[in-house]
Amino acid sequence: MPAMIEVDGVSMRFNLSKERHESFKEYFLALARGRLQFDEFYALKNVSLTVQPGDFYGLVGLNGSGKSTLLKVISGVYKPSAGKVTVRGAIAPLIELGAGFDMDLTARENIYLNGTVLGFTPKYIDSKFDEIVEFSELKDFLDVPLKNYSSGMVARIAFAIATITKPDILIADEILSVGDFLFQKKCEERMQHLLSGGTTVILVSHSIEQIERMCNKVAWLDHGVIRMDGPVEEVCAAYKEFNKE
Amino acid sequence: MKLYCKDLWRYRYLLQNLISRDFKLKYRRSVLGVAWSVLNPLMMCLVMWAVFSSIFNTRGDGIENFAVFLLIGQLLFNFFRESTTMAMESVLKNAPLLRKVYIPKYIFPLEKCCFGLVNCLFSFVALVLVMIFTGTGVEWTFILFVYPIITLFFFSLGVGLILATTYVFFRDVMHMWEVFCTALMYGSAIFYDPAQMGIWMQRIIRLNPLYWYITAFRSCVLWGQGLSPTMLAVCGGWALVMLAAGLWIFKKSQDRFVLYM
Repeated sequence: MPAMIEVDGVSMRFNLSKERHESFKEYFLALARGRLQFDEFYALKNVSLTVQPGDFYGLVGLNGSGKSTLLKVISGVYKPSAGKVTVRGAIAPLIELGAGFDMDLTARENIYLNGTVLGFTPKYIDSKFDEIVEFSELKDFLDVPLKNYSSGMVARIAFAIATITKPDILIADEILSVGDFLFQKKCEERMQHLLSGGTTVILVSHSIEQIERMCNKVAWLDHGVIRMDGPVEEVCAAYKEFNKE
Repeated sequence: MKLYCKDLWRYRYLLQNLISRDFKLKYRRSVLGVAWSVLNPLMMCLVMWAVFSSIFNTRGDGIENFAVFLLIGQLLFNFFRESTTMAMESVLKNAPLLRKVYIPKYIFPLEKCCFGLVNCLFSFVALVLVMIFTGTGVEWTFILFVYPIITLFFFSLGVGLILATTYVFFRDVMHMWEVFCTALMYGSAIFYDPAQMGIWMQRIIRLNPLYWYITAFRSCVLWGQGLSPTMLAVCGGWALVMLAAGLWIFKKSQDRFVLYM
């Protein structure tokens, strides 16, 4: 069976200009002085990994190790500076919840807006509307503008919309840390359910217990390099050992 | 190109939803709501008409049916200015979204131009009202107004794409565009007839595409003369050239947007 996601020698370079040139004057002054230099910064260096269908793939690493960058490269937000990414199937990205929400609109309007951001048709959202509302448990607040919601409530809606369909690949970036523990449990169950239905999941979490409990494979990123990848027990043990020091 | 069209088709509902969002937010919490789409141009026209037919009573004189003449220029120019200005800011304004989810980026400038078009069509109600009030006769040629509007839409889209691209890298563009638009407005024959000007002034004005869109529209609706071959060619030509340039520049730089937002 072909792999769901193939990341092949991907590097992601950012230009951290020492001073940002956001106006013509600054830009041309710097250019004239020959000072238009950038600090190159590699968020990812020659990263390769393969995710098989049905994997529950975990990503671990400290802050700034490149986990989110890797997810964004996979979901097509960033185009890698070098290397190639091949994805077979539709991705439901859950990278920072609330992307694609307009805080001035009500929850009801946002469900339709966000649903179409993810590429669903209005008819499809109609048919799943009750299910979304039920899962998010926010029936009484449907016509309240989202700016009056708490972050946990926004997270509920976002998770509910992103998982109404059976995506081929679900990408979840630390989303579960927002809701209360009951909702976290509900989300975990939903992800397990999707997994049993054939969805491949990639999960980023700082909770190593959660990774150990849910994933079958893990990659450990450190300063943009894959330090280790493989079965969950080995990698997590090494990661914990390393961070103890 | 084929891929582009397929992408656009897939995201058509998003486009539709974004337009309806803009529309809702524009009139939320206002008592008169959508009525402002009509009232606003109507009152603007009243002000302009009062100013140019009494205070600066130099140019408006020789022009027949000055109110309608003025309103057409005003509406079309506003359509252009609004959609290009909104399109310019659209990509950067949606940075939070573009940084997190993959969506084709051109959808935002396109959406703003569509929103501008919808607003413009609403404001035509005001035009109809003024035409009825002033007893303007209508020839069958008025149906041809569709041509200058559609070509102006694509022209604005092209300009909007170029502005959106440059705006991501240089924020100065916004201020420059504001000034440029004002200059362009005075050169678009909105409240005067270029025939009253010197020969050099006329030549300069004829270089301004906005002048052509406005004149073509007037020719169909106000003068009942339809479109001359020159009008067809100039309106269509400018639209094609700008759209092609816009798409090309946008496509070339869009992968770098995310690094500058």
